[in-house]
Amino acid sequence: MPGTRQSRETPARVGLFVTCIVDLFRPSVAFAALKLLREAGCDVEVPRLQTCCGQPAYNSGLRTDAREIAAKVITAFEDYDYVVAPSGSCAAMLRLHYPELFAADAALAPRAQAFAEKVHELVSFLVDVMEIDGVDASFEGSVTYHDACSGLRELDIKDQPRRLLASVKGLELKEMDEAETCCGFGGAFAVKYPDISGAIAERKTRCANEAGADCLVAGDLGCLMQLAGKLSREGSGMSVRHVAEVLAGMTEEPAIGAVED
Amino acid sequence: MQPRSHNFKENAARALHDDVLQSALSNVRSGFVAKRARARSALPEFDQLCNEARDIKNHTLAHLDLYLEAYEAKVVEHGGHVHWAADAAEACGIIADICRQQNARTVTKGKSMIGEEIAINDHLEHAGFEVFETDLGEYLIQIRGEAPSHIIGPAIHLTRPQIEADFRRTHTDLPAERDLSNAENLVAEARAVLRERFVAADVGITGANLLIAETGTSVIVTNEGNGDLTQTLPRTHIVIASIEKMAPTLEDANTILRILARSATGQDMSTYTTYSTGPKRDGDLDGPDNYHVVLLDNGRSAMLGGQFHDMLCCIRCGACLNHCPVYNAVGGHAYGWVYPGPMGAVLTPSLVGVEEAGHLPNASSFCGRCEAVCPMSIPLPKMMRHWREREVDQGRMPLGQRTAFKAWAFLAKRPALYHAATSIGVGFLSLLGRRKGAIRSLPLLSGWTRNRDLPAPQGRTFQDQWRAGWRT
Amino acid sequence: MARGLADMTARERTLSAIRTGLGVSGSDKIRASSAAERLKHHPSGTVPARAKGEIENLATLFADMLEGQAASLDWIAREEDVPEAVARYLRDLNLAARVRIGEDEMLSELPWKMAGALEIASGPAEPSDTTGITRAQVGAAETGTLFLTSGPDNPTTLNFLPETHIAVIRKSDIVGGYEDAWNRLRKSYGEGTLPRNVNLISGPSRTADIEQTMVMGAHGPRRLHVIVVG
Repeated sequence: MPGTRQSRETPARVGLFVTCIVDLFRPSVAFAALKLLREAGCDVEVPRLQTCCGQPAYNSGLRTDAREIAAKVITAFEDYDYVVAPSGSCAAMLRLHYPELFAADAALAPRAQAFAEKVHELVSFLVDVMEIDGVDASFEGSVTYHDACSGLRELDIKDQPRRLLASVKGLELKEMDEAETCCGFGGAFAVKYPDISGAIAERKTRCANEAGADCLVAGDLGCLMQLAGKLSREGSGMSVRHVAEVLAGMTEEPAIGAVED
Repeated sequence: MQPRSHNFKENAARALHDDVLQSALSNVRSGFVAKRARARSALPEFDQLCNEARDIKNHTLAHLDLYLEAYEAKVVEHGGHVHWAADAAEACGIIADICRQQNARTVTKGKSMIGEEIAINDHLEHAGFEVFETDLGEYLIQIRGEAPSHIIGPAIHLTRPQIEADFRRTHTDLPAERDLSNAENLVAEARAVLRERFVAADVGITGANLLIAETGTSVIVTNEGNGDLTQTLPRTHIVIASIEKMAPTLEDANTILRILARSATGQDMSTYTTYSTGPKRDGDLDGPDNYHVVLLDNGRSAMLGGQFHDMLCCIRCGACLNHCPVYNAVGGHAYGWVYPGPMGAVLTPSLVGVEEAGHLPNASSFCGRCEAVCPMSIPLPKMMRHWREREVDQGRMPLGQRTAFKAWAFLAKRPALYHAATSIGVGFLSLLGRRKGAIRSLPLLSGWTRNRDLPAPQGRTFQDQWRAGWRT
Repeated sequence: MARGLADMTARERTLSAIRTGLGVSGSDKIRASSAAERLKHHPSGTVPARAKGEIENLATLFADMLEGQAASLDWIAREEDVPEAVARYLRDLNLAARVRIGEDEMLSELPWKMAGALEIASGPAEPSDTTGITRAQVGAAETGTLFLTSGPDNPTTLNFLPETHIAVIRKSDIVGGYEDAWNRLRKSYGEGTLPRNVNLISGPSRTADIEQTMVMGAHGPRRLHVIVVG
């Protein structure tokens, strides 16, 4: 079909926004994202000139720093058809908060707006934009899905990951109570208020354990680091993975916070 | 009440280790959240009404001066008095003067967050009046000398055995053999004690959930009926209300009331919604002889038109508290003043200053659930972020944090340098966690590792692996 | 000449601070007419669909909502049967056969003496009263809410002080939504005017202040019994 980005003749050019935390802690999530995007027919590139979305600065009140970082991201990514991030939190920052950061900047406001409209979180991009309704992957065991806050409440990500997880061969989804309750990560909050952050995580791991699943899955590595860290400290046997790894069938890497057997 | 918000961290740490409090808080989680969800789904027009209520508040705030004048004229027309108070001290002074003019000895009080905000009880007691809270929750915290821990359930932090002990301590003529082992008997005991107070009171003070300009009416919403006995039996009824409680018409009040109880307790309508207009009329056999309204500003007019303007749309339903993971973890007292939870995190710095309450807007994971459940769609996380920006602008961010952020931001703006630095950092961290997969303690992140492990990095950064062509 | 802040009353200071914050003047004609129009026409917002319907449906909804809030209901055909219905209710619950009513034109004309040993007092409630009877001018079906207006006919204390509250309402006074109810009251009292109290009552008194356990009869009546006539 002429004019649609998804048409096979003109593959969509996607700039992968890796996110700083995936870059540092869990590169396999980015490789999984690359695989999923390519299988969906996208032409994916990874711009070198990316670091972080600036959210830590933005949420800590350092608006000027956030704006300077955001300007770099916009410059690095604005020529792509789409910008995709394996994180609801970073995608929401790019999509919803960048325009807000530049609202009073006559030169950058239209660029920030045009950029923002291209930004998507990975799983919702696959389902809503690329119109994928299943993946070719298998996973032996049960998973429970945590709805990470930004994705859920800022980007309406709720059914998309569940729909794709349902297509994974061998996978059983066991919903937990309070799937929509925060895990207590909250970026700098986890370090500035560690006791409260840890208490919130404890309640969440209790719900996850009660669901009786083998693996806890979510779309944001921040939450996963928090929950994997808590489960590990509690001595739980539940594994923790990013949803992209499961959907890409790339679960050969040890789970988050685990070692190879 | 003297704010103790600067002690938030210490207050929170204590709360987290308080098993009794934690068991009380579990009632909030299981109760309010499910009830609100049921009430909302039972009314198909709920979201539409929320939007309309928000429009009403926006219109009202944009014309607030005019509606206040119209309201005042109607109160006077119906035989009441309106007093304007710029701050807490003025409001307390006005109320004490009215009590003196009435030669009052005892005062009963319905639940009022404005009463807590201006600390009217302390003021009246110092002035020699006896003050009795009549809302059961408020009564419970009064006899304990505590502040409310929730804006609609002031005693939500207490458990039944604590209440039994408080009654045995303060109700000195209570026979030892009286069974107070269940909520029903405790309520009966409180009812009997407070009944005498209602009848003896000279002045009754209530708050107001709404003020209606069309008719000069104050509205309170209760379930116990204490507010009605408080305002109907004494000679004098004093209403204390902040200026943003205004609603133009009875119809506007309908819209707000349709979402208030549903958002708060999950009821379709509170048991008692009481409209009070002026003192008793000629021929009336009961009701107060005098009706006074104290209109409190206390910093609100300064919020109009500014970054915190939207906070004035708050209808005090408490939904943001009930759905907040931080509030649910630490309870209301940790916030150190009268307004806890997300609404308190925004409002408290506006009212007592960011130097006192700077912790509150920082102590949020920005999960956004408060905004999602707010019937007035108040952008609470955004306003907490504004407070954080103000703290930075005023140079209040702690030096260590500021240095760390500045160093990180310096790198984040320079990708080449950033990739080089992170490559080294990640190499170091993954060495630390290589054998166990997770790191159990780390000097710079000791807060994190106090109660969680830190999952170790997989090895090299993605950017390193990608450039090296390890995997494609 | 402009006066200094110190000379202004709290009223002037508040109003002036509001106008400064909003960036408006008090004499702006467009704002003034916008507010005045709203007060005059009091436009209605969305009324829940369930509040619209025929009287039979509304009466059923009214009863269901009240019962859902722990009130009890009785339906009788004729006004003159109210005393007997009251006596029966009190007898069934083993409550004292003493009631107090106001000077309500309907209630005070009823054949109370016919209802056996019922002891009738009139006037506002006293602490020793066990049962108060008042008549609701109107009831809103949408939430099962009675609208009780103060006055010598139905003193407010009768709704709150006794342990048992019996409210009588004519079926024809049941309307759909709150808007209908307020329009009825506007007809009785005039635009922009209300009696000292309008009490919207949707059930008996309750509290959940102790561990979120619901207990009836916190300070107001433990029981609300509604008699619908017609």
